[in-house]
Amino acid sequence: MPVTLNINGRSVALDIPDDTPLLWAVRDELDLKGTKFGCGIGMCGACTVHVNGVAQRSCITLVGSVADASITTIEGLSAAGEHPLQQAWVAAQTPQCGYCQSGQIMQAASLLEQNSNPSDADIDAAMGGNLCRCMAYTRIKKAIKMAATAGDLAINVGTEVDHV
Amino acid sequence: MSKQDQVEVSTETLIEAPIDTQANGMTRRGFMVGSMGAGVAMAFVPMALLSGCAEEVLTNQQFEPTVWYSIQPSGAISVKITKAEMGQHVGTALARIVAEELEADWNDVSIDYVDTDAKYGTYITGGSWSVFTSFDQLSRAGAAGRVTLIEAAAKLMNVAPADCRAQSSVVICGDRQMSFGDIVARAEFSQSYTDEQLASLPLKPAKDRNLIGVDTPARDVPAKADGSAVYGIDANYEGMVYAKPLLPPTRYGSVVQSIEDSAAQNVAGYQQTLALDDASNSVPGWVLVIADSYHAAQRAARLVEVQWQAGSTTKVSEADLLARGDELIDSGAGALVLDDEAVGSTFAAADRVIEARYTTNTALHFQLEPVNAIGLQKDGIWELHTGAQWQSLSMPVYAQALGVPQDKIVMRTHLLGGGFGRRLNGDYGVPALLAAQALGKPVKVVLSREDDSRFDSVRSPSVQHLSMAFDAQHNVLGMQHAASAGWPTADLAAPLLGTAGNGEKYDPFAINGADHWYAVGVHRVRAVMNDLAQQTFRPGWLRSVAPGWINWASESFMDEAAHEAGVDPLEFRRRMLTAEGHNAGAAPASVGGAKRMANVLNRAAAKAGWGKTMPAGEGMGLACTFGQERNMPTWTACVAEVAVDVQSGKVKLNKLTVVIDAGSIVHPDGALAQTEGAALWGASLALHEGTEFVDGQVKDTNLDGYRPMRMGDVPELDIEFVASDHHPVGLGEPATTVVGPAIGNAIFAATGARVRHLPIRPDDVKAAMG
Repeated sequence: MPVTLNINGRSVALDIPDDTPLLWAVRDELDLKGTKFGCGIGMCGACTVHVNGVAQRSCITLVGSVADASITTIEGLSAAGEHPLQQAWVAAQTPQCGYCQSGQIMQAASLLEQNSNPSDADIDAAMGGNLCRCMAYTRIKKAIKMAATAGDLAINVGTEVDHV
Repeated sequence: MSKQDQVEVSTETLIEAPIDTQANGMTRRGFMVGSMGAGVAMAFVPMALLSGCAEEVLTNQQFEPTVWYSIQPSGAISVKITKAEMGQHVGTALARIVAEELEADWNDVSIDYVDTDAKYGTYITGGSWSVFTSFDQLSRAGAAGRVTLIEAAAKLMNVAPADCRAQSSVVICGDRQMSFGDIVARAEFSQSYTDEQLASLPLKPAKDRNLIGVDTPARDVPAKADGSAVYGIDANYEGMVYAKPLLPPTRYGSVVQSIEDSAAQNVAGYQQTLALDDASNSVPGWVLVIADSYHAAQRAARLVEVQWQAGSTTKVSEADLLARGDELIDSGAGALVLDDEAVGSTFAAADRVIEARYTTNTALHFQLEPVNAIGLQKDGIWELHTGAQWQSLSMPVYAQALGVPQDKIVMRTHLLGGGFGRRLNGDYGVPALLAAQALGKPVKVVLSREDDSRFDSVRSPSVQHLSMAFDAQHNVLGMQHAASAGWPTADLAAPLLGTAGNGEKYDPFAINGADHWYAVGVHRVRAVMNDLAQQTFRPGWLRSVAPGWINWASESFMDEAAHEAGVDPLEFRRRMLTAEGHNAGAAPASVGGAKRMANVLNRAAAKAGWGKTMPAGEGMGLACTFGQERNMPTWTACVAEVAVDVQSGKVKLNKLTVVIDAGSIVHPDGALAQTEGAALWGASLALHEGTEFVDGQVKDTNLDGYRPMRMGDVPELDIEFVASDHHPVGLGEPATTVVGPAIGNAIFAATGARVRHLPIRPDDVKAAMG
């Protein structure tokens, strides 16, 4: 039975079992490689995507459970990587190896959607599930604060784009 | 070549020559600048080829340049980078070194990470060596290019070269000027420089630098913020199948007895299960489950049953490994790396001797991208698509596994989702190549996180015995330090083993740090290989390698010794940093010697307010190290501030003050980022990480048990680099080496509890409080 997914604004039919992790559907069936495989048990956050606008670990999300949902990956967060968080990530020179950063950005975007001016404690709590093995944590936090105070966040959030 | 042939490797093919063995920092190579196609290429070449026509030599590529760059008529400058990009922004740093002396406009420069090719020489990214080993060579390559372009422009404009200078990709001669691109378009180039000529080229004084030491956005960052960066695991190849390994019960010596896959046959996309026959013994007993997709391979792997005849290490525990270390140290085995004649008599005559035993548990790399690779054969060439740190070490292994000559193999370069030393060991490439050979099609092997952890090249558990002799006035008379651990270099890169005074071989990467810069009187250092560790797992180089555990012991022990002598730990260290004799330092890398250590120590203490009164249950501890190795000292000092919950023994790390003198800093913001990460690595290894062997396997294979530092654990960081024009040294690891002992010493200051085991666990702190 094909599974139909709504990813980055586009509806796609995939001939894969219902119990396939969304991560592998995104990466290997749709070739959207920005979403990463890290731990496979939902504890590193590298695979974070948005399901109906909320951060979710795609490695433990089965495609059958999100067939009716709107899914956004890092490729669909903004056109040409211009989300305020992405701009802040570059301005703060946040990434080192970069492997976790798609997940960090998706998690942070979900945080700012719910709390446009998070405190340090709010950021620690929201980002605690995202491992950065390079330990670029101080710059991740700095970039989130830069984006939160950038002012134009509201303009960009919600304009997740078609990018399949 | 048969699969049984021994593959010859030597020191020269594995690492770049240490700077002190090079004439003026250069290997015996000349430099050529020659027209190539429409542009001009700049390359290091063997001296024997220097007499040839540069254009002909370069075009025919009858040489093995170790570095080169090219300039096109458009003005575009492409710098080839053989180092792996794994978070250190290495391409940016290395290309800036070339551009500085070339007088290039940085906006004209692009970075090209190249695949393996013999013409580029040695490929290794590790040891915090990249800038240290490349700086002089790349500077002189840039300078030779500048001189050549100026001479060509002068000829084209009919003026004297002495009346011209280069700036921002333009040669300026009085009131006339010509861009690098125009010069390349109009001039013919065929210029050679001997190594002596290269060495005599004028390099800029530090005050005139306008790229080195100046911040710039790292070129690799934007693609890492929009998801477009391509790591090894993101590579695709047409027609490839996917493989999920099933790992044998022991790292070595397990043999497949039977494979039962009837249940897996019902999984859509499942193809077959393959037992590997590995002549290189990199992945003995591995089995691969092959499918159309990775998720199908994972699904099928759960249904395949493999029976192995296990190797001999199925019962080995962490306690066994540590006990074996103690036993070997007590037996007197090992290599006497340092052995002053009067050690025995000095200790026998001492007024007082203190002794301590320090241990560390197994630690995992846990680089976030699990190891993976695509193997395939195309046009008679075997290709491996993966992220790698030491291609020059792995290529001979792949040749042995495949039974083909090395020149029939190429490694395609990708970004690394974390290296930290894991990808120095290229074992994960072998299953991809063997499967591609067996199946006759491209195969992508991806390890699950649990697989990656189970057969990680872990940081070995270690045991260290230290002692110090004092006279009646509490002066230090001598020090002894014996360290036992698994030796990564013995297993994987034996040509790099050192030979000690007693004739025994030793792994410098299992003892570096013990050969410190303190004047301790007589000194004995003994390195002992733990044979049980070698049998049980494949010891790895993990970020900061030996100095990560050696300094845990020696810098904690220095604190113990200071308290024994009744001297403040800062003052105790300062008294021994006399910079005399063999601690005086030498050009180019260690100018100033132990004086520079004293300087960073003083600076860190002053910044942190050393000596100030702390609230009850809080304490401040310090440590200093020289980073990775004595011939590349990165002078590093740290003050840690902790609060200890006396009820639970739980340690909260409040602040780290780190001061580093690394000579000239090429890319300051990159250096800061590396130091932030390295310092937190040190804290994570000290307080959050660590696992143990249970029944021959690491116990914690995923984040439900292995718990690196998270954002909420991050302390305040105050990091400073000493302004310096000295030769640049390494920065990727040194901060990792200093944080653990600073934390241990802070715990002692806070509570009087001396902890001697990593990781520091609340129960150990509580027990040590008594």
